[in-house]
Amino acid sequence: MSAADTIDDVEAALVEHAADGIDFDGLVVEPANGGYRWETPGEQLTVSEDLLRERAGDPYATNWYYWEHVVEGHDTPRRAFLRWLEGADDIDVPERYDELRGGHTSSWGELAVTAVLSEGGQRRYEVRHEDDLGEDVDAYTDPLEARHLVKHDDEGRYRPLSTAPSLPHGWAFVDLDGSDLVQTVDYVYPATVSNWHREREGELDVDHWSEVAGRQSGIYSIVEQLDDEALEWAAEACCVDSQCVKRREWDKSEDEELDVPRGDGEFPCREPCSLFIAAARKFTTLEREDTREYTFELTPAEKEQLEDIVDAVADGRVDEIREADVNEGANRYRARFLRAKRMDEHGLSGTPTYPEDHE
Amino acid sequence: MQALVIVGHGSHLNPGSSDPAFTHADTIRASGAFDEVREAFWKEEPSFREVLRTLESEEVFVVPLFISEGYFTEQVIPRELRLNEWDPEDWDSDGTDADHVTVQAKDVDKTVHYCGPVGTHDSMSDVIVERAKSITDDPDVGEGFGLAVVGHGTERNENSAKAIHYHADRIHDTGRFEEVKAVFMDEDPEVDDVTEFFDAEDIVVVPLFVADGFHTQEDIPEDMGLTDDYRTGYDVPTEVDGHRIWYSGAVGTEPLVADVILERADDAGADLADAIERVRQQIESDSATSAGD
Repeated sequence: MSAADTIDDVEAALVEHAADGIDFDGLVVEPANGGYRWETPGEQLTVSEDLLRERAGDPYATNWYYWEHVVEGHDTPRRAFLRWLEGADDIDVPERYDELRGGHTSSWGELAVTAVLSEGGQRRYEVRHEDDLGEDVDAYTDPLEARHLVKHDDEGRYRPLSTAPSLPHGWAFVDLDGSDLVQTVDYVYPATVSNWHREREGELDVDHWSEVAGRQSGIYSIVEQLDDEALEWAAEACCVDSQCVKRREWDKSEDEELDVPRGDGEFPCREPCSLFIAAARKFTTLEREDTREYTFELTPAEKEQLEDIVDAVADGRVDEIREADVNEGANRYRARFLRAKRMDEHGLSGTPTYPEDHE
Repeated sequence: MQALVIVGHGSHLNPGSSDPAFTHADTIRASGAFDEVREAFWKEEPSFREVLRTLESEEVFVVPLFISEGYFTEQVIPRELRLNEWDPEDWDSDGTDADHVTVQAKDVDKTVHYCGPVGTHDSMSDVIVERAKSITDDPDVGEGFGLAVVGHGTERNENSAKAIHYHADRIHDTGRFEEVKAVFMDEDPEVDDVTEFFDAEDIVVVPLFVADGFHTQEDIPEDMGLTDDYRTGYDVPTEVDGHRIWYSGAVGTEPLVADVILERADDAGADLADAIERVRQQIESDSATSAGD
């Protein structure tokens, strides 16, 4: 739609709705003295219908038209998110338009979402990986493509958790309208906009661990047996910022908080996800085992090397360790040397895992 | 506004598990029959738990992309969607004739029409036949052919086998194929021995599974003797014990499944105008185009 077409639409809508009164984002229009009272933070005057029509290009008028006749959707997460993107509840219209002309970018998980002022007060939106701001990347316009684009990370590994901080790079959704933007974000980070909106409205329905574990059935019903300490470890393993960009709002129960940091994410995690439940099931079965004493012989460097290997796997650094960097404990040659020296068919240091099976 | 939600199993391990839900959703989106169409998963996102809140529609039709009635359709999905008034008795099904129930979800102000799974809808029989046509590249396939419908078997759900028998019986009754049998992965009659159950030289084998994965791409081809190692692939047809086996892969990937999803929503009162007819025509014309490739 051209600017002229949009302004024609704004003009028609202004005249149509002025009779009932308009009061939106600092603009007031209402019938007065045979004409209309036009009031913004900067001016207050009475205008004829013709003069009112001439004001259709005013930022306050186009802003009103965009939100009330294009976006609409009062009380929807979609509208709240689009408003938040341009700080609509905090910044007055002229200042907002100044910001939007150059593009105003907000962060959403690893996404950068940019709102740009378009013709006749319309907004267009772009969304991409925040690292790709300013980069020349593949452009997309159909939100449905996002489902496939974010399914694998940059190394081609499947991402079972949408909000894992492993969003792939190299794409941008461009020239989107508000609905398509929200749909794209919802395909990258499903339900985050809806839950964020509920939280802002004070209506986030958090389901704590005890409730979620209690409602599991089938093979997952055992997760209720995970003890408090192991639940802390599980949250530390799976739910911190390095593993998920959501901010954990659930605890053990309403009255029993976990000590693990909640994270700094913009949007909340309202209950343990299916991946956490599946991991918790494994942790539950592992925690059923009693400890045993094993006797190993290791040099101090070998003990530290084992710790390095656990750290490297836990921090997802294995792929970063260079092939020839033999100073790294988790280097492949170092690990192979340790295996050759310390492991046989019984495993570590020749000690069987279950000595009773070998007596 | 009315929305369609296709609920599937999904997977933490297999990225292809959600593909059929996405593909069928796209077909239905293109028909324009719903204001919103969304996929939701047990193991992926949006979860069953949070999908309803992502919709702006007041009226939501939920169709499970599952094969059988039972644990998932009667316990897990209603529980996770918070359909608190739901009672499996409301479906009044003996395992293969679930229809739909209209309930409220506890966390949203919406009317939810919870439908039976695609797998037990009558029109799924048509999809199985369609699969047989496409794998043999013969629109008249039937004469001289046997048809084996493969199910998983027991699992934790006795209805699992009922759905397989139901469609095998329905297709048998049409008289289109010389013989029709239900076979299973982990109960008798087993898919391993499929050639023993047929006199017909040609046997079309259609697994009644939603998505291709471990079972349909690895287990079943190896169990039937199509190949010793699934990684080396197999021919269609492959000759085994004097029979030619035409193995099709999961029926859930057949484009006509989109039609079954629409039929479910239609049964539940969705306002579809002529969407079903248009989707069928689209699928037919797509398949005619691809047959010419």
